[in-house]
Amino acid sequence: MSKILKLFSGSGAISIIAIVLGLIVGAVVMLIGGYEPLLAYKSLFSQVFGNTYDFGETLREITPLILTGFAFAFAARAGLFNIGGEGQFIVGMTAASVIGIKVHGLPIYIHAPLAVIAGGLFGGIWAALVGYLKAKRGVNEVITSIMLNWIALYLANFIVRHFLLMEGKQRSEDILPTASVSFPWLSDLMDSARIHWGMLIAVLCSVFFYYFMWKTKQGFELRAVGNNPNAAQYAGMNVGRNVVKAMFISGIFAGLAGAFQILGVFHYQSIMSGSPGTGFDGIAVGLIGMNNPFGILLGALLFGTLTYGSAGMSFGAGVPPELIRIVIGSIIFFIAAQGIVRGIIKPFYFKRKKEKVL
Amino acid sequence: MDWVTTLGQLMNTTLVFSTALIFAALGGIFSERSGVTNLGLEGFMMFGAFAAAVATYYAEDAGMGSAAPWIGLIAAIVLGVITSLIHAVASITFKADQTISGIVINFLAAGATLYFVKLIFDGNGETPLLTQVFNKVAIPGLSSIPIIGEGLFHNYPTTYIAIVLVFVAFYVLFKTPFGLRLRAVGEHPSAADTAGINVNRMRYIGVMISGALAALGGATVTLTTTSTFAHNTISGQGYIAIAAMIFGKWNPIGAFGAAAFFGLSQAVRTYVTLFSWSKDIPQEFIYMLPYLLTIIVLVAAVGRSAAPAALGQPYDPGKR
Repeated sequence: MSKILKLFSGSGAISIIAIVLGLIVGAVVMLIGGYEPLLAYKSLFSQVFGNTYDFGETLREITPLILTGFAFAFAARAGLFNIGGEGQFIVGMTAASVIGIKVHGLPIYIHAPLAVIAGGLFGGIWAALVGYLKAKRGVNEVITSIMLNWIALYLANFIVRHFLLMEGKQRSEDILPTASVSFPWLSDLMDSARIHWGMLIAVLCSVFFYYFMWKTKQGFELRAVGNNPNAAQYAGMNVGRNVVKAMFISGIFAGLAGAFQILGVFHYQSIMSGSPGTGFDGIAVGLIGMNNPFGILLGALLFGTLTYGSAGMSFGAGVPPELIRIVIGSIIFFIAAQGIVRGIIKPFYFKRKKEKVL
Repeated sequence: MDWVTTLGQLMNTTLVFSTALIFAALGGIFSERSGVTNLGLEGFMMFGAFAAAVATYYAEDAGMGSAAPWIGLIAAIVLGVITSLIHAVASITFKADQTISGIVINFLAAGATLYFVKLIFDGNGETPLLTQVFNKVAIPGLSSIPIIGEGLFHNYPTTYIAIVLVFVAFYVLFKTPFGLRLRAVGEHPSAADTAGINVNRMRYIGVMISGALAALGGATVTLTTTSTFAHNTISGQGYIAIAAMIFGKWNPIGAFGAAAFFGLSQAVRTYVTLFSWSKDIPQEFIYMLPYLLTIIVLVAAVGRSAAPAALGQPYDPGKR
């Protein structure tokens, strides 16, 4: 436990100050627009915590962000920039839809897990492809991920349109009830907010992330490759294999996020005109959480709360909900440009100056 | 329809679609050649598209007529330079992670542009439709050449500017002392520093040029294609421009080729429905094609990309 705390110390203070500064930037922008910042932030929080339904829906909003945040961070720990969470998310959605709609006659305790696993697996394969091309051919992972994001989008639309389409609609049929991962008991308790098992799985994934990355030999290798591939290779590690492995696990997280969105929230898949954006938001969550699994839980909590609450801000204070993107952008800015934050807190509190140990 | 006209039109549409990508990819090159990763191209394009829409709208209002879109272009450059300073300050002065700082730009742009559109236009999520936008200009004489006359010399002013800029950028980067310094700073900053070049100053200039060019790209979309700015005016072109830059190996001519390739594949979409042999191909596959081909070309032919050596590393004079 003390080690977990150690991972936070130092960066924790900076994160909190960055969040406060981000909210201040948001307030200034609201003042420029002639809005009332205090009223807006109050409406934001009362939107989230005002009733059990909205609170449940906020949890629903947070869940995929945790997983796509892990997808970004896991690869980042191995020195890879996974901008393809978006595509892996879509592939996960589609795989889960196909299993959820097309496979009949299975009991719920087999069908639902099967659909979830399919989503994770295909997300992982989609990402591993990027890792493979990088390892074998040295193709920049950023460019292949971006290309694969678009390919995933059109492939998903093709599959929905040609194999899963509900007659006359721009969406698939509903998944079978046996594939649903909804949590009816908790949903009823929260005025039918769309709560599903993915929340629990996402939290468990943080433990897996931590354990794998910092407590196993494989995790050590991934981090070694991330810090210095040449040194890792000299020490006898297979850099290429680690790159593929890191991308595969990273993609599993994003794929799971997509699978849960279908199986737990929507229960069908639409034909998408553009990318859903959850994978890109995961990058922000990963950055806010400083690529630490427990930091990401908090980062997703913050991101999800602000995003879901932004609707309340526009009812309550008339502020365009896009403001929240400015706030989130500023928070990441201050976390990234720590020099600014350090400059601000230095006079009050700064004794230890230690190198960040990853 | 005879094939000469079709080919000419296809070439023309290709250039129309590639113009924005050419600008943004050139922008990316200036920043990355100086050693600063620029993942914020998408954001700069958004800022540019937004500035162009708003400025052109007010210029129209002020009765400036056909000069209005030019005011829009200038406004885009100004906002592009100003917002690029956010990226520059964070990543050069405060040595923040350049990738992260680029993503920050994308977030800020997505939020700020729509926020201010709603603020200025009473809660509407879209700027009013512009009446004064760019029209295609035929260059006298040249435009009557078969195929390339229609293809090259009957196009938007912005397209001509983009093509000229490709060669200007090439000249500046590879034939002038300024370009040599910019590249030196991106390849080996400490050597450049020893030779008396102010590393951070060169990088600031690189990023600012980058912001200006990418914003011009965004403005092009508003002023030639959509005539308005909304949340989906810029949706992914910035990322495609990054791909074009890497694909073109950080060389203006290469990036131009890659941007034209993406433009062509976008133009082809409208043409495949015209022929009997091709109209049954599922549209999703046509859409997918450019991205698939890019990966195949990269894997088969290009291989390891030749990024500037010091790309992504803040310059720290105390470190060797």
